[in-house]
Amino acid sequence: MYTYNDFDEAFVRERVAQFRAQVERRIDGSLTEDEFKPLRLMNGLYLQLHAYMLRVAIPYGTISARQMRQLAHIADTWDRGYGHFTTRQNIQFNWPKLRDIPDILDALADVEMHAIQTSGNTIRNVTADHFAGAAKDEIADPRPYAELLRQWSTDHAEFQFLPRKFKIAVTGAAHDRAVIRAHDIGLQIVEQGGERGFRVLAGGGLGRTPMIGQVVREFLPEADLLPYCEAIVSVYNLLGRRDNKFKARIKITVHETGIDEIRRLVEERFAELRPAFTGVDQQILAGIRAQFALPEFDARPLDTFDAAYGDDPVFRAWVDTNVTDHVRDDHAIVSVSLKTPGETPGDATSAQMEVLAALAEAYGYDELRISHEQNVILPHIPRAHLPEIHRALKEAGLAAANIGLVSDIIACPGMDYCALATARSIPVAQEIATRFEELKMAHEIGPLKIKISGCINACGHHHVGHIGILGLDRAGVENYQITLGGDGSEDAAIGARTGPGFAYDEIVPAIERILKTYVKIRETEDETFLQTYRRVGMDPFKAALYPGKDKERAHAA
Amino acid sequence: MPRKFTPKVVTANRLMEGDAVWLTEDDRWSPDMAEAELIEDEAVAQDRLIHGQSQPDVVVGVYLADAKAGPDGPEPTHFREAFRTRGPSNYAHGKQETA
Repeated sequence: MYTYNDFDEAFVRERVAQFRAQVERRIDGSLTEDEFKPLRLMNGLYLQLHAYMLRVAIPYGTISARQMRQLAHIADTWDRGYGHFTTRQNIQFNWPKLRDIPDILDALADVEMHAIQTSGNTIRNVTADHFAGAAKDEIADPRPYAELLRQWSTDHAEFQFLPRKFKIAVTGAAHDRAVIRAHDIGLQIVEQGGERGFRVLAGGGLGRTPMIGQVVREFLPEADLLPYCEAIVSVYNLLGRRDNKFKARIKITVHETGIDEIRRLVEERFAELRPAFTGVDQQILAGIRAQFALPEFDARPLDTFDAAYGDDPVFRAWVDTNVTDHVRDDHAIVSVSLKTPGETPGDATSAQMEVLAALAEAYGYDELRISHEQNVILPHIPRAHLPEIHRALKEAGLAAANIGLVSDIIACPGMDYCALATARSIPVAQEIATRFEELKMAHEIGPLKIKISGCINACGHHHVGHIGILGLDRAGVENYQITLGGDGSEDAAIGARTGPGFAYDEIVPAIERILKTYVKIRETEDETFLQTYRRVGMDPFKAALYPGKDKERAHAA
Repeated sequence: MPRKFTPKVVTANRLMEGDAVWLTEDDRWSPDMAEAELIEDEAVAQDRLIHGQSQPDVVVGVYLADAKAGPDGPEPTHFREAFRTRGPSNYAHGKQETA
């Protein structure tokens, strides 16, 4: 893992000291709220419906046991004993007091963490595949590049006042677990003629106007990463619409300008910028890469694992859903579900964080990850230890065997917390998960991604959910629109709306009708919901959602 | 024709704690909406809003929210404002804890 150097340490400490002084000046009245707001946002501090909210970056989702413990300590000392992991690999604390924020930031700095650029119109936390470094299918670990991008983008003088926020995601595998096609810049590590580089996409994004990112460069040599990204952001910084907040993201710039013209401008700017990058960035990258060297794996026999897998059906079910093949056969990647049916997606109590930290320390080479799907990953676990891990997770209420199934739902905080929300999302997720737990249909339904957002800004990624749910305020009442067929993977697609929305108490039954229809009409048990949808289209689901509509139409005709 | 004025309360979040509060007739900021001053007149509402906004050392984000008279005092008419009087629905945190 990356360790702060003296520069990082001094920089983060200085920012904490600055913010401490800014908070003092806000409290003593020398700063107005209008003056203070941009300062607090630069440090990840929001004011939400019921309290302040502090959003802390977990760069590319990688976190050590010591850092996880500190998050638990912060939750216990200054918050309500839990934290909420987000769809951008951040953690949010929902109940801090203004006066405590500088102390929280100092506690974060003690473990090389911060909340810088987790808000505002800047380059946000750079996200990456949560299986990075452990996945069997990756060309290279994307995290050294993500760290290089983090260092480059942090406090980048030219990019502190972009037209709008800017999000970058990196993946090292062709199978996209990082939703790079829904990011302002998406980077995929590729190889061409033995040389390593990137496929560069730009202009993806969800929100009010969802767009799938387009390829700007099919192959960018590794050494050109920073100047090329700088060229893209620089072109966007000039062209991006500052006149209309809703048209200010790069997706609109790409859409309005056209990808060919964007590519021409980027290449032109790149030609100007490239000579300024004399290789120092590559020296830094080499230093970063050394810090991401894989741990020295212990070779472990598999007999205890094989015995437990054969004997214990609960363990077997958990392994089948939550454990993924590791680059080494005697190790595995464990996805710890933060989606126990009935619980809040993405929430972990301080006690659970402590358990996860202890497991990472004891068995997992001190590494944890946070996924954009709001789960925690133990990326390197000897298979021999899986039975002990499962036992410990069960005791901590973390052994839900539902990764990738109907109850593994992404949900934004929605109107239970967020000042921007137009409806609740958390209780909808809780009720869907609980309902399908009662029906015991999860395995019958199979792989399914339900994603819920409580407003049009789409933090819950509903556009790329196989089933997407968008909560809106319709004439003072919560109303939920459904989209079908979205996909956040390498086959990215934006879901299509089924039709009129559903009231709060109608949305769970509506989802149930969709999934019962799917089970009835799929060709084989192996055909997933998404495959069935792609084969048959919207009509059978519409018929199930809006019974009587056909009759009405027939009657009218 | 101008739209009919609907009754309002002045509401905000406290600077230090960040919790929701409502302006009372005797110029306090109460965490209990039922104690709020229900304003039936548009000109008075604007005046009270300005009064609220003039206290940036106490509250943040002052605005007028729709409300109606209830047996114990003003009540919210929109679900967002109702949540602000209670807290989130996933945990018994916020105002519902002490209510």
